Amino acid sequence: MSATEYSIRRATTGEIAGMLIAAAAVMPFLMVAALTDHSGYAFHATLATLASFASVFLIGNRCFRPGQVPAPQEINGKPNYNMGPVKFATVASMFWGIAGFTVGLIIALQLAFPALNLDLPWTSFGRLRPLHTSAVVFAFGGNVLIATSFYVVQRTSRARLAGDLSPWFVVLGYNFFIVIAGTGYLLGITQGKEYAEPEWYADLWLTIVWVTYLLVFLMTLAKRKEPHIYVANWFYLAFILTIAVLHLGNNLAIPVSVLSPKSYIVWSGVQDAMFQWWYGHNAVGFFLTAGFLAIMYYFVPKRANRPVYSYRLSIIHFWALIFLYIWAGPHHLHYTALPDWAQTLGMTFSIMLWMPSWGGMINGLMTLSGAWDKLRTDPVLRMMVVSLAFYGMSTFEGPLMSIKAVNSLSHYTDWTIGHVHSGALGWVAYISFGAIYCLVPWLWNRKELYSLRLVSWHFWISTLGIVFYISAMWVSGILQGLMWRAYTSLGFLEYSFIETVDAMHPFYVIRALGGALFLIGALIMVFNLWMTVKSGTVDVPQADYDHGLVPQLAPAQ
Amino acid sequence: MDTTYQWLASFAQSVGLLYFVGIFVSVCAYAFWPKNRARFEQAAFTPLQED
Repeated sequence: MSATEYSIRRATTGEIAGMLIAAAAVMPFLMVAALTDHSGYAFHATLATLASFASVFLIGNRCFRPGQVPAPQEINGKPNYNMGPVKFATVASMFWGIAGFTVGLIIALQLAFPALNLDLPWTSFGRLRPLHTSAVVFAFGGNVLIATSFYVVQRTSRARLAGDLSPWFVVLGYNFFIVIAGTGYLLGITQGKEYAEPEWYADLWLTIVWVTYLLVFLMTLAKRKEPHIYVANWFYLAFILTIAVLHLGNNLAIPVSVLSPKSYIVWSGVQDAMFQWWYGHNAVGFFLTAGFLAIMYYFVPKRANRPVYSYRLSIIHFWALIFLYIWAGPHHLHYTALPDWAQTLGMTFSIMLWMPSWGGMINGLMTLSGAWDKLRTDPVLRMMVVSLAFYGMSTFEGPLMSIKAVNSLSHYTDWTIGHVHSGALGWVAYISFGAIYCLVPWLWNRKELYSLRLVSWHFWISTLGIVFYISAMWVSGILQGLMWRAYTSLGFLEYSFIETVDAMHPFYVIRALGGALFLIGALIMVFNLWMTVKSGTVDVPQADYDHGLVPQLAPAQ
Repeated sequence: MDTTYQWLASFAQSVGLLYFVGIFVSVCAYAFWPKNRARFEQAAFTPLQED
């Protein structure tokens, strides 16, 4: 028996509590997995059991690793930033992005060629479509938002991220939620609410993760060294807080039993519809807009190396946007059982939203005044500027489509799909790509990206893809809307429904082509980022980096 | 029931207007208040002034 010397550290109170909670969760999850008669739910309970085991191991394993715990707040008078969780979320965002774009391409092809549904329940359009929307919005977009918010709040507060375990809990817990939600759709577990498909147990888990996210963000702001809270953090905070409220409001459901994935919402009828679209539109407003505007307010000035065009405009932009957006939901329920005045209210607020939206776009674009030449030399900045142009375009189109007369033509047609994608591909994805192209060299201590030429290729291929996509959907959407409302001289409908479907075919093929180009662009990006990390030029001497002499880049722990 | 509905609708339509105009005026006042000018101009440089 030779006594080998191991350096084992005493676990902190937080680590002990974390291990106890995770260990205590193992048995209940195992019991649910054993007792339920729903195989998909049993699969999820098994995943939860394994995740609890893994948590005990991961937390316990920290005690065997060298380094001071909790990590020092500052090293040599400079903030000791916590970039481990940011790196994880950045990698996760690209992983889920590729997955989500691929599923998008598959369902676009399924619409053009229905045989690709394969006649299997798991691969049918109805299950893959929510997988696509959740993968791109919540998995790709969500990880981008978590990564950038944790990065920006630290850098603009000049303070280390609050908490020791909690930032990791947020990042890993959120991605666990994504796995549960995504596999659930494939197995047929859904509550059938758009963008809120996950069932009650996934919703409860997300609530815990999200409240922790809010607390980590707030506590980091609380210990900031800067007197003023930079505007990007205001947008991030609005995003986190509002999503918490929306998520709770729209998911007040009562489960049938602890052993069943099924639940029933407490609202009924038109109240449920109104709650759903209050949630649904503000998922667009606060997740896909406020959060990504925060990215714009940090990364565009940073990349252009110019301060934001007007800080005062950014304040008016912020308050006007958040106070107006929350009322726009009813425009999703035009000509339904919703009271007429509520529909008009939703339309009016949607039109008013044009002002703050364009105020923000102008503020972002004008940040480049005096630096426009950089658009020629820097494809990353070009990507972000084009994202603002798409933002302006889709926030002009949105209010237009919310007008009842226009909506009577556009609603339920592909025009809506085209509108959503000019916002999602053009604005959300492009500003995210721009931010990730900035973040990866900063996080992995690289002087620059592996290749700016490849960024240019990504930019042009994807832009062509977006143009194919949205122009095909404009034509098919308006065609569809006009065919639905066409009457013969005798007052009969001129076209049967299947005739309108048949007319869509060429546009569905063009849309799939656009999606394929967008996916190819994203794959080029992954290759570029991979090569940047693997073989890029080191920015500061690696020894300094390793020994924490460059504290802003020090690894976690 | 009808009167509750009407009361609520007219309340929302009148007080709602004042509420939003009030918020907008106060936000503008805050943004353009001369005393805040220096603070905001400095804040604009926050992302560029990192270590």
